[in-house]
Amino acid sequence: MSTTAPLDDKTIAELREIAARYPEARSGLLPMLHLVQSAQGRITPEGIETCAAILEISAAEVNGVATFYTMYKRHGVGDYHVGVCTNTLCAVMGGDAIFQRLKDHLEIGNDEVAAQRQGDSHTVSLEHIECNAACDYAPVLMVNWEFMDNQTPESAVQMVEALRAGHEVSSTRGPKLCSWRETERVLAGFPDGRADEGPAAGPASLAGLEIAREHGWSAPDPAATPAVEAKESDA
Amino acid sequence: MTDVLTPVLTDIWDAEQAWKLATYAERGGYAALDAAFAMSPDDIITAVKDSGLRGRGGAGFPTGMKWSFIPQDNPKPKYLVVNADESEPGTCKDIPLMMGNPHVLVEGVIISSYAIRANKAFIYIRGEVVHVIRRVQAAVEEAYAAGHLGKDIHGSGYDLDVVVHAGAGAYICGEETALLEGLEGRRGQPRLRPPFPAVAGLYASPTVINNVESIASVPAIVKNGAAWFGAMGTEKSKGHGIFSLSGHVRKPGQYEAPLGITLRELLDLAGGVREGHQLKFWTPGGSSTPLFTDQHLDVPLDFEGVAGAGSMLGTRALQIFDDTVCVVRAVLRWTEFYQHESCGKCTPCREGTWWLAQALTRLENGQGSEADLDQLIDQCDNILGRAFCALGDGATSPVTSSIQYFREEYLAHLSHGGCPFDPARSTAWAGTEVSA
Repeated sequence: MSTTAPLDDKTIAELREIAARYPEARSGLLPMLHLVQSAQGRITPEGIETCAAILEISAAEVNGVATFYTMYKRHGVGDYHVGVCTNTLCAVMGGDAIFQRLKDHLEIGNDEVAAQRQGDSHTVSLEHIECNAACDYAPVLMVNWEFMDNQTPESAVQMVEALRAGHEVSSTRGPKLCSWRETERVLAGFPDGRADEGPAAGPASLAGLEIAREHGWSAPDPAATPAVEAKESDA
Repeated sequence: MTDVLTPVLTDIWDAEQAWKLATYAERGGYAALDAAFAMSPDDIITAVKDSGLRGRGGAGFPTGMKWSFIPQDNPKPKYLVVNADESEPGTCKDIPLMMGNPHVLVEGVIISSYAIRANKAFIYIRGEVVHVIRRVQAAVEEAYAAGHLGKDIHGSGYDLDVVVHAGAGAYICGEETALLEGLEGRRGQPRLRPPFPAVAGLYASPTVINNVESIASVPAIVKNGAAWFGAMGTEKSKGHGIFSLSGHVRKPGQYEAPLGITLRELLDLAGGVREGHQLKFWTPGGSSTPLFTDQHLDVPLDFEGVAGAGSMLGTRALQIFDDTVCVVRAVLRWTEFYQHESCGKCTPCREGTWWLAQALTRLENGQGSEADLDQLIDQCDNILGRAFCALGDGATSPVTSSIQYFREEYLAHLSHGGCPFDPARSTAWAGTEVSA
């Protein structure tokens, strides 16, 4: 990680732009902090002061928010931040084993950045995360908050090595992975034009629909039910 | 009789570029909008009330009734906030819904906002799902370009702006008042109620907060009528819902069915529990709903059926665990989750979840004594109903229900001097000779 450059005028203008999306400017704080992370790679004292100045609140109030939410990082993360779900279902399905293997392989603990070896073009950090709403693809990893479904210890090691080597890696249900900082910019509400990458749904998402198609099952025909029914329900 | 599965919200998911406005429109998308604008806002509220739609985010509160609580004589602006903070362990329906069919959510937002007379709506999506956020951002952008959002929508004179807002990692923000705090740029800690959000919500203004699937269900109700919706489901739990099967089943995934389907039926569709193993325990609606066992295969999965059997329908998050899984390990991990996610505002939850995790850790390691089980029950008794919000209540569900059904297994840890289970046997690759 390079030394942190000061926030430039463009970023400060964008921070103001975020605040202006809302009826009350302070509502912009969460996305503004995402933008600070995108610009500086972490939540910096300068970022906190700048948000506070724009929103006309104290730095302590911004600090209180920045320390409450787990996605805000006071220390840097890698170019690729790998989250291993170790909530119960993923843990049982292999998440614990994957997390252990990655800790051993990367020689780091939870929420740490692996050393950049000679020849590595990118860095990787590791964190265990809570349920990420992809339980039908367990065990699940997130890389820069993109889904990596149905992982094994081997696939996880191969993936982090591919990332460190600078090879192209795609989400199993989404786009080609971009850097953590680029991801943070999307979370701040600045789309990157990649919404059309990846499929509409992964295989597990379609499990029920495929069975319905095989059997010809569907919701009732609206024509067979009265369009307007008499009021009978008191809910 | 309705069909076993009734794809409505999921029906488009297998289409090429299902998330695009053109795909959605080809299938009749945004047609409900004109039907809605031809009705008065109050008539839409009545139609949604008549449909019997109940909140799909876990609590099951009647959606139309929630809307009718908005005091229309209050001069402040009204707001619609969509709760897309899906984080309840096991719950994985709203995320694929927004990924594959974001326009049904946007159309639902427009109709719902019109009904409650809001001119500004927010979609609060958890931050950890960037591709879902991209899809919803793009859908909102497309809807503006097509004239479905903005000023004088479809010549109706009605204006609506939608902001897509990313959270930043906090389970508690799924609690509706904590979500409002997050949306106001504060720490996500729940608010005292009353006043309820309908009266004083976002910016102390009248606010409706609904789950993604609830709002997405609205366009079809407006288009097809309350009777159509009521033709699915059971008497008090009407309509379709997405059931999410995960864990030790052969075909995990999303199954959209009428409410009232049973786990036995769903497991039949999903090919059963994985080969060579038996169902041991499962959650009907996420980790905050008391565990069920193989005794509960025929419980109708609707609000009344599940409640009658001692649990809650919740978010229809069916996490399936087979006989290789240690229930103490599972419950300890959930408890550590609640401890981590407790916002710290109230003592019963902040301190209680910490002590629960201590006691469970001891038991999982084969230490402690049988008296610890009574102490756990006692601790839960002191959290349930005494916490500031439902997070504390939810934290007790796995503990008390697992002791109720698996007391012997807790004791086996003591006699065995540790956990008698081999975690390697539970993994997705167990038996395939991939070393872990």
